[in-house]
Amino acid sequence: MTPVPVLSIITWAPFGGALLIMFTARHRPLAVRLIAAVSTGISTACSLWIFFTYDRDAAGFQFYEKLSLVPPLGIAYELGVDGMSLLMVLLTSVIILAGVFASWTLTVRSQEFYALLLALVTGVYGVFVSLDLFILFLFYELAVLPMYLLIGIWGSTAEVRPRGIFAWAYRATGVGTKEYAAMKLTLYLLFGSAFILVGIFALYVNGGNASFSFLEAEAAGFDPIVQRWVFLAFYVGFGILAGIWPLHTWSPDGHASAPTAVSMLHAGVLMKLGAYGVVRLGIGLLPDGAIEWAFLVGTIACINIVYGALAAMAQTDLKYVIAYSSVSHMGFVMLGAATLTEPGLDGSVFQMFAHGIMTGLFFALVGLVYEKAHSREIFRMGGFGRTMPGIATAFTIAGLSSLGLPATAGFVGEFLTFLGAWRSAHPWWLVPAVAGTLLTAVYILRVTRQIFWGPESREFHRLSDASGPEWVALAILSFVLVVFGMLPAVAVGPVDTAVVPLLLRLIR
Amino acid sequence: MSTSVWLIPAFPLAGALVNAIFGRAIGRRAHWVAVPATAAAFVAACVTFSGVVRGATYTGQLYPWIVAGALKAGVSVQVDQLAAVMLLVVTGVGFLIHVYSIGYMQSDPGYARFFSYLNLFVFSMTMLVLASNYLLLYVFWEAVGLCSYLLIGFWYQRPAAAQAGKKAFIVNRVGDFGFGLGVIWLWTVAGTLQYAEVFARAGTLGRATATGIALLLFMGACGKSAQLPLHTWLPDAMEGPTPVSALIHAATMVTAGVYMVARSHALFERSGVALEVVAWVGGVTAIFAATIALVQTDIKRVLAYSTISQLGYMFAAVGVGAYTAGIFHLVTHAFFKALLFLGAGSIIHALGGEQDLRKMGGLAPRMVPTAVTMTIGAAGLAGVPGFAGFFSKDEILAAIYDGGSLGLWSLLLLGAFLTSVYAFRLLFLAFYCAPRMSPEAAHHVHESPTVMTVPLMVLAALTVVTGFAIGIPSGEGTLFAQFLAPVFPPHEVEHGGFGAYALLLLSVIVVAAGFLLAWLLYATRPVAPEDLGRPRTPIHALLFNAYYVDRMYDAVIVRPLFALSVLLARGFDAGVLDGAVNAVGRAVVAWAQGLRRVQTGYVVNYALTMLLGVVALVGFLLSR
Repeated sequence: MTPVPVLSIITWAPFGGALLIMFTARHRPLAVRLIAAVSTGISTACSLWIFFTYDRDAAGFQFYEKLSLVPPLGIAYELGVDGMSLLMVLLTSVIILAGVFASWTLTVRSQEFYALLLALVTGVYGVFVSLDLFILFLFYELAVLPMYLLIGIWGSTAEVRPRGIFAWAYRATGVGTKEYAAMKLTLYLLFGSAFILVGIFALYVNGGNASFSFLEAEAAGFDPIVQRWVFLAFYVGFGILAGIWPLHTWSPDGHASAPTAVSMLHAGVLMKLGAYGVVRLGIGLLPDGAIEWAFLVGTIACINIVYGALAAMAQTDLKYVIAYSSVSHMGFVMLGAATLTEPGLDGSVFQMFAHGIMTGLFFALVGLVYEKAHSREIFRMGGFGRTMPGIATAFTIAGLSSLGLPATAGFVGEFLTFLGAWRSAHPWWLVPAVAGTLLTAVYILRVTRQIFWGPESREFHRLSDASGPEWVALAILSFVLVVFGMLPAVAVGPVDTAVVPLLLRLIR
Repeated sequence: MSTSVWLIPAFPLAGALVNAIFGRAIGRRAHWVAVPATAAAFVAACVTFSGVVRGATYTGQLYPWIVAGALKAGVSVQVDQLAAVMLLVVTGVGFLIHVYSIGYMQSDPGYARFFSYLNLFVFSMTMLVLASNYLLLYVFWEAVGLCSYLLIGFWYQRPAAAQAGKKAFIVNRVGDFGFGLGVIWLWTVAGTLQYAEVFARAGTLGRATATGIALLLFMGACGKSAQLPLHTWLPDAMEGPTPVSALIHAATMVTAGVYMVARSHALFERSGVALEVVAWVGGVTAIFAATIALVQTDIKRVLAYSTISQLGYMFAAVGVGAYTAGIFHLVTHAFFKALLFLGAGSIIHALGGEQDLRKMGGLAPRMVPTAVTMTIGAAGLAGVPGFAGFFSKDEILAAIYDGGSLGLWSLLLLGAFLTSVYAFRLLFLAFYCAPRMSPEAAHHVHESPTVMTVPLMVLAALTVVTGFAIGIPSGEGTLFAQFLAPVFPPHEVEHGGFGAYALLLLSVIVVAAGFLLAWLLYATRPVAPEDLGRPRTPIHALLFNAYYVDRMYDAVIVRPLFALSVLLARGFDAGVLDGAVNAVGRAVVAWAQGLRRVQTGYVVNYALTMLLGVVALVGFLLSR
């Protein structure tokens, strides 16, 4: 019996859904949503299935599939998951399922919207499961490009008008318009992909066996000089997507302007593509390069953490706060990776998952608040806790996870990262990192207090709590945050099996 | 024994979940869930305690929580004598306060939410005490902080309450910054976070390492237990409902720092220096907060500063190695301070929400049970001979005197005097001088319902008997000390003899002097309310404004931090980084605009350009 190509099903189910939506569901908005829910539901079910049936003792790449595409050039459709990509696939599934429900009330051109969204998700899955660098790059581009349309067409423009002594900077840059954000994000990411492409070709040329296969490249090993420069190329290329400082400025604009589901997907999953790329291709294939650049990577990660948190503190637009908090949290992810230690890398991957879920929840909530109050301006809101207790509760859960409260998923990732930082070659990284959690508490609690606590703002009338399908996204994401906080071993276990071989290659 | 141990946290957790999920349906009947849950926890704690008395201890693990490489931390608990005592206090006082809350929160719209939070707190606090490793301790250390945050901000629509909740969380986070670093450092050097293994290896740690770790842990304790310089959140925390102030911000949660230091005594002793720091921070805080309590006009704020001061005593005690004295004071303080807070709540209830001492007075005849029990509480706090506080405070003073630290001892003796002054000042201003409230308010004064006064009486009884029951020194130390002996190293205190009696006499004199001063100032002549609230002298102003610490933090830390964040976000991010990005964009556009002019569309121009190109190429090839 041939095994079921489960990874292909996960990857292509959304794409199939997108095609169905384009060709069969014109002017039938409910059908669009049902197709989207079913196709992502299939992916989610399969992701859960592989998550629980993955053989944790055997470890390595499982559910392997291979189909030769262009044998002379060594290009093959080669898929497989290890403990690390396993968790990422699960993350993608949870976020896209929640995202489908979070955009349930979208009215403009929902057919095209869902089709693009689903096509994009296929790209994301593809990157996480590909074991062929060429295919990986194709999927990567598929994940990045639809963003331009999704933000440019369905995005929103910030209502915040610049004031104060730095207003010139805002006016000059056109910050806040969706067209600007879409253009900036796309150009930035394409700039990054150029580096990735060069890196992949450099590996292909230097690998010696004319193959794009990840496994063969892993076995081959590379010359230290090659490793040095290719790692840098991967770091810059993937790092842009992961929001590394100072190449992060596309992310606040992009996330703030994007429609809810796209923000969720982008901040929740796409930024993880970047970090995943650095860990999988950077550290996995180029261990010497990783060791050489670890100091830079970790130090910039620390800047990310503190800088992102401080910048978030100064924002007055709710979506920008969350967007900058992503910049800060991605710092933890990159820091964990830079420590090149077992707890650090475990923490890094777990933090990718935790941050993905928490920021997805945040953006879903911000979308809901915006839908009810038609405002993202923090200081116009107040006392929403009375009229929307459910949203307030979910926001508090996301916030607590964000500031690293134990028993939420956010804590586990951060704590492991800290342990790794202490054991790394540069223990001082720990200090800015831990200070970052303190600053996170400041801006999260400030926002929570302003929006949900305090006397009710008189500007808003007839606000209501979430209802119907809106609950689905909130419930799924809050549930995952708490469960993975209390039972982190479920996820840390498989991640650890993927991290250990990585570290062994580092030592070698 | 294992069942009873796990049941202690399980009951309140179940209660919290039921009220959280079905709160809307349960509504006013929420106490039928919450109170029995706490009562059951108390019973389980008693069963556990009796097991411990018979000499049994327990360790066990529910499930391994985080396992990553060398790090293994489970949800594991241990019960020894110290934990058993703490559990009794937490569930016992917790139960009484739950009962009291039935009356106090009677007409609150968030009734079910309140009991859900309160149960969640009891769960977290019992788990904090039960935890057998530092990571789990940290988890519940944060969890009780969360409950505190939620309960301080319980009346979330009040701006002051919302602000206070936020402040409490953030100030605690500053402490936890240190605590977290300490735990991580500890794991790195000891390779484990399990108490028993850590303490067994404490002796092998370097002295500097041990000092670093201990001080970082103590930083967390400073935050949680409101010691200098992280004390500023506790007075503001009084915005929460009064039962919360009694349970969390007086009797249990704020003592977690003391518990943690006592629990980790092996680490602190290895360092030595760290213990000294603990003692001095405690001593200085004790007198610092006591001076502020002298002049506050809000009844709950007086008690809040008093709590900070009394926690200082506990730290001073554990800092000199008198762990049992510190824990004993923790226990007696839990009784009399919870009593005082609940009494204050009863007054507030009677006056329709009034907390200002300037608008009280003459309440004694109108609310006899409250007046009597609060007098007992104040006597306990002041350390009047015979009451619980007398035994515990005297033991601390004796231990410090024996330790040879005369400076610290005189500081704390002065503190005892101040304590007596403000305790009796509070009593006189509230109950025994002429009424100062409006006639209308005076008309409405009424004693609180039985459900509120009975907990007061129970706590008053405990304040009276605890000292006699377990606090009388004998040849082998107090009964309490004998019970805790397996946990703590013996601390030699000379009991009896001339020196001890002299000390005893001295502390009695000090308390009497405090009482006299308060009596002269507040009971012999009518008090003018405006004198209390309007500082006339700079010293009075300094104390009235709590040494301006809040304002200083605001100017030195909070404002600069926000200025920095605005500078980074608006100036650097939007100005410099985006400025550069946009400049690149514009440069490309400008360049393209320039290049566009070359494409004129005239064939002649293109032909000319081609010719020039060919000439240049040929010239280049020939020149080689």
